[in-house]
Amino acid sequence: MSLFSKSSQRGILPGFSLTLGVTLLYFTIIVALPLLAMLYKSVNLGWTDFWTIISSERAVATYKITIGAALLATLFNALFGLLLAWVLVRYEFPGRRLLDAVVDLPFALPTAVAGLALVTVFSVNGWFGRYLEPLGVKIAYAPLGIAIAMMFTSIPFVVRTVQPVLEDVALDVEEAARSLGATNWQIFARVIWPAIFPAFIAGCSLSFARSLGEFGAIVFISGNLPFQTEVMSLLVFIRLDEYDYPAAAAIATVMLVLAFLMLFVTNSIQAWQLRYADRN
Amino acid sequence: MQTATDLATAAKMQSSRRHGQRPGRWSHWLLILAAMALSALFIGVPIAVIFTYALREGVAVYFSQIAQPATLHAIWLTVLTAIVVVPINMIFGICVAWLVTRFRFPGRGLLITFIEIPFSVSPIVAGVTYLFLYGSQGLLGPLLETYDIKIMFTVPAIFLVSLFVTSPFVARELIPLMQAQGSEDEEAAITLGASGLQTFFYVTLPNIRWALLYGAVLCNARVMGEFGAVSVVSGAIRGQTNTLPLQIELLFNDYNVTGAFAAASTLALIAVVTLVLKYFLERKQAG
Repeated sequence: MSLFSKSSQRGILPGFSLTLGVTLLYFTIIVALPLLAMLYKSVNLGWTDFWTIISSERAVATYKITIGAALLATLFNALFGLLLAWVLVRYEFPGRRLLDAVVDLPFALPTAVAGLALVTVFSVNGWFGRYLEPLGVKIAYAPLGIAIAMMFTSIPFVVRTVQPVLEDVALDVEEAARSLGATNWQIFARVIWPAIFPAFIAGCSLSFARSLGEFGAIVFISGNLPFQTEVMSLLVFIRLDEYDYPAAAAIATVMLVLAFLMLFVTNSIQAWQLRYADRN
Repeated sequence: MQTATDLATAAKMQSSRRHGQRPGRWSHWLLILAAMALSALFIGVPIAVIFTYALREGVAVYFSQIAQPATLHAIWLTVLTAIVVVPINMIFGICVAWLVTRFRFPGRGLLITFIEIPFSVSPIVAGVTYLFLYGSQGLLGPLLETYDIKIMFTVPAIFLVSLFVTSPFVARELIPLMQAQGSEDEEAAITLGASGLQTFFYVTLPNIRWALLYGAVLCNARVMGEFGAVSVVSGAIRGQTNTLPLQIELLFNDYNVTGAFAAASTLALIAVVTLVLKYFLERKQAG
């Protein structure tokens, strides 16, 4: 603690111990304690029971479905997000500001509302479903519905990470490339793409991480059938409903470890992005 | 104050030096049209479907659905949760931002990462962690039972998980801004004899008020819309611990589609208002 009380190194502003105290106390009570309580529950299970639960057939099926759908959703959002960021930054056109604002809607709209809207649109009689189902494309109550729900809830990530970096690509560098005879495609591939790539990857990993944990939008549209349309978060919820608390704790712990892994990946990418930006 | 404002303006001017060009060739227009069409399909249609279905049996039915006692109670509980949670997380956000932008100390970088943890945790996992702390099977369960205190499946449990889920929102907006503004103004105020509180209210707060409000608006939207975490800890007792998002699911499972959409439309309206406020606050912040 002696390290903390040397106020001479700290400048003249007051409030260090107060804000440190409030922050640590609040963080401990609201965030850390509950997380530790769950981990404690999992550890108490013992390794054998823990492994039996998380490697059960039904659990493994949820990992596959969740990760598969999240990959599909992220792939779509990568392309859609890149297109949106490009159009919003590079062109001036009527409706640009509206489009810019609307991109944030999936973050502002509660997931339950999104799920209700999506299942209605894609069900047999829905606005899209009535044309898609006769073609054999089943989305509501099918695996594709899970991917659609994940996609909707994570649309803004790639746009909002790429947009500021794309704005900063210096015009003179592009003009230099053009004056040296580069084609539009060469300018994009050799000048712009390398500049936005780290931000793009960071956005994709944020989008993927969010999709892995999504629950609200998915319960409405997925149909929730074991081995077919059951995701990790849903299995945790079902185990709780059955009062099978050890299983809920174990699978939730798997989700938490995955989340921390993704947090680490995203942080590393963002650190790389900063170094990259400094170098240029 | 002059320097901070000047710096912010300079930074803003620099970042907006690139202006979009007028689309010249057909390929530009093709990209713009593709972006607009996809946004209309994937973002516009879902929001349109909510209001269309909510109002399809007429305005009278719409309002009678919202006036159902269970739905009214859910609206009240949702508003109450926001009234309790948002101010607490604003205070927390200010504390964190002051701590990490005004002082250097060992573990500072780690703290900034830790504060963001709730954003990476699935809402379901958030709910489960609270169950294993305060529930009858949980770590504090036996202790709470001896004193006959019940937290799980009550309204305070909803407040607690909402605090967890939205704790980083305000700090996330304040930290980059306060970092960029620097602490010269506050140091000057302290040197001239102002107290800590005076410095905060007369120097810091006016500089960060729009970012603070912006964080609060985003925090509020998430609190009112939280579904997964709340559904684990609330017990979803009709007319008691059902918030609006849970009420939507309940009505939908009861095959009361119009009722579900009427309830959903109130939350969708809040989302639209949030976006409008966000737009204006961003412009305010930019000066």
